Amino acid sequence: MVVHTMQIFDRQGQPLYYREFNRPLAASKDEHKLMYGFLFSLKKLVASLSPKKGGGFYACSTSAYKLHYFETASGLRFVMTTDLAMADMRDVLRYIYSNFYVECLVKNPLWRPGEPITCPNFTKSLERYVATL
Amino acid sequence: MRRVGEAAFSKVEKINSELFSLTYGAIVTQLLKDYEEVDATNTQLEKMGYNIGVRLIDEFLAKAQVGNCGNFGETAEVIAKVGFKMFLGITAEVVGVSEKEFSLQLPENPLAEFVELPEQYGSLAYNNMLCGVLRGALEMVQMRVECSLTKDALWGDEVTEIRVVLKEMMEEEYVDDD
Repeated sequence: MVVHTMQIFDRQGQPLYYREFNRPLAASKDEHKLMYGFLFSLKKLVASLSPKKGGGFYACSTSAYKLHYFETASGLRFVMTTDLAMADMRDVLRYIYSNFYVECLVKNPLWRPGEPITCPNFTKSLERYVATL
Repeated sequence: MRRVGEAAFSKVEKINSELFSLTYGAIVTQLLKDYEEVDATNTQLEKMGYNIGVRLIDEFLAKAQVGNCGNFGETAEVIAKVGFKMFLGITAEVVGVSEKEFSLQLPENPLAEFVELPEQYGSLAYNNMLCGVLRGALEMVQMRVECSLTKDALWGDEVTEIRVVLKEMMEEEYVDDD
């Protein structure tokens, strides 16, 4: 079980957080912007294809990795790329949201919503958690 | 819905309610000293509430485990039975629901536990921070609303009532800066 990257966007598509855990090949230029554009368009398309109301996407796979997606009602988007062996990660991303994002950032007066996340406590908790996956 | 509220309430940290009322009172008093007039204080309380609401919504969503609301009336129920329970330990009554507006009535109000308004501050909207919290929190879930304190037990009314009017459902859009 390998986690490659983890990133968080806000509603406006600003990258709040990016972290590589195990990524042998370097990221391309403009990756964050492309990623957000991809997620945004995919979400629109998936919604319009759906036979009934609702039914957003939460993961997509390639032959080499899997991308997991979790969106909160407040517009935060959590994205994680892992190897193909990882099953449904929505609960994991929700756990990161409720236990690390809310506890380390939302309750932290030094961080303002919409600012890039530099809080060491958040990174430390996240690293420790990802290591257990 | 009430049960969801109880469950959410059991998950949050509690503090002594008297300490809470007194702290809030101290904030309002300090604002009155700093701004020297009632209207400016009302506005400031609302602004502070807004900034609280913008953050509070994430804790709410993380802990309350509620699904999407189908209509504005459902939103009202969630706020009254889950939101108020979770953060203030009380539940509110929803009255006057329509597509675009609703009112929340608070039979008891932990903020104003020991409060009497002195005569010269008769028009102080002591609970205005609640209006701001609602506005901030709802804005984060794409609802632009206006909130106002229409009745207040401190003004001699029987209950405290907050009117919430939906102005706009905000659409998500893609901002491309190239």
